[in-house]
Parts: sequence; structure tokens; C-alpha cells
Amino acid sequence: MYPRVGEAMVRILARYGVQLDFPKVQTCCGQPAFNSGYWDDARASARTLLEAFDDSDFVIAPSGSCTGMIHHYYPKLFENDPAMLDKAVRLKEKTYEFSQFLVNVLGVEDVGATFPHKVTYHPSCHGTRLLGIKDEPMKLLQHVRGLELVPLPDAELCCGFGGTFAVKMSDISGAMVSEKVHNVESTGAEVLVGIDMGCLMNISGNIHAEGKPIRVMHLAELLNEGVSS
Amino acid sequence: MAETAGSSVKARSKQALQDDFLRKAVKFTTERLKNGKRKATEEHGNWEEWRERGRQIRLHTIAHLDYYLNLFADNARKAGAQVYFARDAAEAAVITREIVREKQARSVVKSKSMVTEELHINHVLEEMDVAAIETDLGEYIIQLAHEPPSHIIIPAIHKNKQQIAEVLSEVAGERLEPDTQVLAGFVRRKLREQFLAAEIGMTGCNFAIAETGSIVIFENEGNARMCSTLPKTQITFMGMERIIPSFEDLEVMATLLPRSATGQKLTAYMSAITGPRRTADGDGPEELHIIIIDNGRSRQLGDPDFQELLNCIRCGACLNVCPVYRHIGGHSYGSVYSGPIGAVLTPALMEDPSEWQDIAYASSLCGACWEACPVKIPLHDMLVYLRNRKVESGTTPTAEQVMFKGFNYMMSDHRRMERFLRLGKVGQKFVARDGYIRIKGPLKGWTNYRDLPEIPKQSFRDRWKELQVEIAQQPRPKTMIQDIEQRMRKVLEERSKGGGSGGGHQE
Repeated sequence: MYPRVGEAMVRILARYGVQLDFPKVQTCCGQPAFNSGYWDDARASARTLLEAFDDSDFVIAPSGSCTGMIHHYYPKLFENDPAMLDKAVRLKEKTYEFSQFLVNVLGVEDVGATFPHKVTYHPSCHGTRLLGIKDEPMKLLQHVRGLELVPLPDAELCCGFGGTFAVKMSDISGAMVSEKVHNVESTGAEVLVGIDMGCLMNISGNIHAEGKPIRVMHLAELLNEGVSS
Repeated sequence: MAETAGSSVKARSKQALQDDFLRKAVKFTTERLKNGKRKATEEHGNWEEWRERGRQIRLHTIAHLDYYLNLFADNARKAGAQVYFARDAAEAAVITREIVREKQARSVVKSKSMVTEELHINHVLEEMDVAAIETDLGEYIIQLAHEPPSHIIIPAIHKNKQQIAEVLSEVAGERLEPDTQVLAGFVRRKLREQFLAAEIGMTGCNFAIAETGSIVIFENEGNARMCSTLPKTQITFMGMERIIPSFEDLEVMATLLPRSATGQKLTAYMSAITGPRRTADGDGPEELHIIIIDNGRSRQLGDPDFQELLNCIRCGACLNVCPVYRHIGGHSYGSVYSGPIGAVLTPALMEDPSEWQDIAYASSLCGACWEACPVKIPLHDMLVYLRNRKVESGTTPTAEQVMFKGFNYMMSDHRRMERFLRLGKVGQKFVARDGYIRIKGPLKGWTNYRDLPEIPKQSFRDRWKELQVEIAQQPRPKTMIQDIEQRMRKVLEERSKGGGSGGGHQE
């Protein structure tokens, strides 16, 4: 849905000489079906990832939620299938969210970007709670020249996305996203940055519908724009 | 369990979302509790370590629950208590009725107890024409308002001072000012009469200590102590999972529970009661009856997905951090247990997944509950397991089943997914404007609050080939690459030695 995010990520990674591949057989991590309880259907989709990345050394996703799905739930999803479970555990061991890979594996905190704007950061729930991502995006943002990072009030509150929850319990989800956008607005930031397009699609969808002048960007997009300009 | 018949979480929450008083009151108090907990755990210094100790104690106790329950019952009987086991609410009602009848009681004072709410003991007493008076301030208020509790520890959280003053003014027969001192003072005077008149005091039980047969009650108002000292007969209701092995374990629980619940270091009162009044005692009941409740709990034992649910110490911390509870309050859940713990406990205690409606879907699965839980119960995982059991039982809506069949068909093969996306791009031409879709219709759940981005003209996978050529021409500093290569090799080496956890939590 957001090719510009994938492109920004590969452009940043390529700067460090990382050899990149995009195995076409992958589809979706299966989380929408898994979270709704349809595990057979989730497995059908998850299998494409197990197959796609069998030969890769590292798997990097621009999403804490998809990465969290692989880390937190794939072993459960394949617990009754020893061969697949083995593959799932191996996939989990090599899968990283983008900012984790950049900071913890490559050791990069300063990508050399300049982005002279007032920015606030939404810490996505799955990245934070399932993977323990707390400092990595902050480190990357703090090194961006000209960037003024302002704290988001009640940052840890979920934005209300939750996959099918946003549609199934749309009024509750709507109340949650409205509060999130209200908090973003209160910071006076021009840009909201995050590490998960699910949350960002939800938040930007509300911002767009309300006609508010806040730009919503994935961290990879912001960094890539900052090194390209 | 109490499910409001013929209604759904979706319908009830829609109503709650329109109630600005309720939303303001819930937000105000949960924020206060959440911040109190944060402060108390920071001051404690070793919170994570104690949390793990608490978890281990609960895991151990529940794993050997049969042993500790028998030990508790033996020791409580030795101390002079009468101990009963009730399989369900009906059995608990039979036991209660027998005791009340034997004592020829006309009025009963009750301290706060979620399990008596679960069993609807007040209703049982009402049917016998026996007055049941709630003596916890919050419980007293909601009893007068004829409402169930909307929070595990703050039952009247959904009411503000003005609303409480209205409820109490009706009982007082005069207008009471919406002032905490005035209102609490009135209730204190009113309840004093009831404590003195009641033949039976009923209490819940926060922890039951196996090695001594003692029951332990945490409270702030002193009303539980009144219920357990003034009336001649005391009946204590406890869920069968309330057990801990020893007083040493109580130290850990007493550290975790008040801090997690209200941010207090300790509640104003903590009573440990071992048997009825002994000859040398200054006060206490002549008879102590302890009713141990199963009501669906034992079904979780031996179930790898849900056994940990019995570790819950009912602190309410998960409610206070829940972004869903924050907006809809407790009554929307339609059960005496609300918030994340209620969304799991209510269906889990039911035998048949087709019985529960949409309560396990009232969560965005954000995991804030898990993070807040003093004994680390993975409630966000359990919600997914419940949804899976509902699917396995074949009782989910047909349209949803068809939708995920479609998901399966599309996502099990990338060529099919690509075909669907191409079709989508053609279809959206009729509805997308400036990159967004705003139509209601089947998308209204989303588009009522948000615009939907259109499927991009060129997907990442379509662009990958040309992008590869483009990035090959990007600048890359040579020295940096070497350093990076070394780092990546090091991670691969560690992984081959079994030291790899990828981007997951370091365990």
C-alpha cells in the first residue's frame, strides 16, 4: 500500500552496502487472520514468508507489528508442525524491524540526514511492547540535523488501529484515533513520524478526513528525505 | 456470569461514547490511578524483580492448586472455620441460603467483593427478603443507583461528584452538597446503624494463606474490618484461585497489589483473619464460614493457553492503562468484570464459546494490559486465543468466515495477490479522489472516522526491478561498508552459536 516506505528503507540500507533482495513469493505475515482467530488462513499466508526468506541472512521489515507477529506468534501458529516450526524459529532469529536493524545490527545512529522541521513521534504498541523498541527510533531522530523533536502527550496510548478492530469496533477505534490526533495537534508538530504503516494509515486517515495540516511519515521516509535533499 | 442479554459490547459502547460525563469521569480517575502506580513503582526501585517474584509465586501456587487448596481448607477448619466448596453460582446460593436461614438473619452487611458480584449474592438475599447492604462507599453508591460495578476496584468510577450527591440526597431526604467530606460523612453515619443491626457480615478475600488457613483482606475504609468484627456470623466468599502458600508470599503480594491498584504503598487496612473469635479475642465473629468458588475456574487448570488467567490478583491495573476502557468505561463490557481482564475472564469462565458475543473483540490488542500487570498475565495473547476458539467452534459470523477464506485464497499465492491488487486498482477508479477513498457503504466502519488511501499506481514489487538499478548507483562510503560488514558477520556468527534472538526481546 505504501511503496514509498519500502523504497525509502531500501535506499537507506543500500547506502551502507547491504545487499538487498525482495523475494516475490512473500505476501502477508498473516496477522489480520491470526488476530481474528482464523489461524488456518493465517498459516496459509505466513507460509509464503517462511518460504521466501529461507536463504536470507537478515529479514528487515518497516513495521514493528509484522515483525512482532513473526517473533511473538509464529512459534505458536506452527506449534503442531515440527518442520514448519523449525523454519518459523529460524525466521524469527533473523527478523528485525527497520530501526532495530539500523541501530543494533549496523550500529548506525546518524544517517547524515537534515530535516529542519518540528517532529513528534508515535511509538507503535507492537514495536514497543512485543519487540521492546524504545530507544532506536529516538536515537535516529536525535541525530537528524535541524530536526526539533517534541514529546507526544500520552504517547503510549494505542492509536486505535488494531487491524480488524478499526472496522469491527469502529466507534471505539474512532474515539481512540481522535484522541491521538488531538494529542499530536497539541504539540504543534508539522510532522508525525512512526515505525508502522498500520498505525500511520489510521492516524493519517483521520488527519486527512479532518483536513488538518500535519504530515504523517514513516521513519524511513523521513530519513531518506533528509539524506536526499 | 452476568451478560446483559440481547445486547453487545458494540451497542453498549456506542451509548457510552455519547456520555461525556462518563468519559470524563473514567479518564480522570484512571489517569490518577495510572500515575499513582507509575510513581509507586518508580519509588519502589526493584519493581521488575518483585513483579517476577509475584509471577513465580502465582505460577507455582496455581500449578499445585489442589494441594494448597486442601492445605488451606484443613488449616482453616483447624482454626475453627467452616469451609465449603461451591462448583457454581447455584451451589454458592444454596450454601448461602442455608447459613442465612439458620441464623434467621434479617440484614447482612457486605464489604467489597467481586466474587459476590459474579455470583449475584445480593439477588439471592433479596429473594429471601433479607436486606443486603454494601458498605464500601463505591459499592454503596452503585447499589443505591441499581447498577453493577464498572471497575474492579473503583465500582462507581463512572460517576462524578454531582451524580453521587444526587444519588445520596435521595436516601438522605435532603439535598447534600457535592462535597467529598459531606457525602462520606453522611454515608458513615448511615452505615454505622447497619453495622450494628446486621446479623451477618459478608466479605470477599484478596488472598488465602494455605499454611495457616487465614484469609487476608485489603481495604481503605475500615468497612471490611467492621463486617468481620461486629456481626456474630461472618461469611467469606473466595475464588478458588485466591490461594498463596505462606505469609512470606503475602509480603510480595502486599507489595504488588496496593501499588498496582491505587499507587499506595499499603492500603489503610490489611486484615488477616484466622478462624472465628477465640475466647481471649476482644472481638470477631462467633462463626466463620468460608465458601470457596469454582464457577468455571477449574476449567482453566491444565489449559496451556489460559491457566495463567488464574494468577490474576484483581488489582485493576489493566483497566487503568487500557485505551479502550478509557473511552467506554466498565458497563460497556456487559459483565461484572470489565476492561482487559473482564474481556478474557468473562468468556473463559463460560463453557461454550457460542455463548459469548463480542466481548473478546473489544480490544485493539495493544498489550498495555500485559505491560501493566503485576504478575505479567499475557491478556493480549489470551484475547487472540479466545477468538481462535470462537472460530474453531464455528460460531463466528458467516460473512467473516467468507472474508478470511478470501484472505487465504489471495494470500497463499503471490500471483493471486497481485491479480487482486490489479483488479482493485481498476475498481477504485470509481471511488477514489486525490489518492483517497471516502465512500461510506461497506467501508463505513473505516471511513466514518478516516479516509482510506487508494491502492498505489505502482506497487513496491512492481517497482523492485528498476529500483535495484537505481540504488546500485547510489553513493556508498567504502570504509563504512567494511565496518558494517564486520558487524553483520558478527551477528551471524553469534546466531550460528545459538545466540540469536533477532529483533525480539532479549531473554
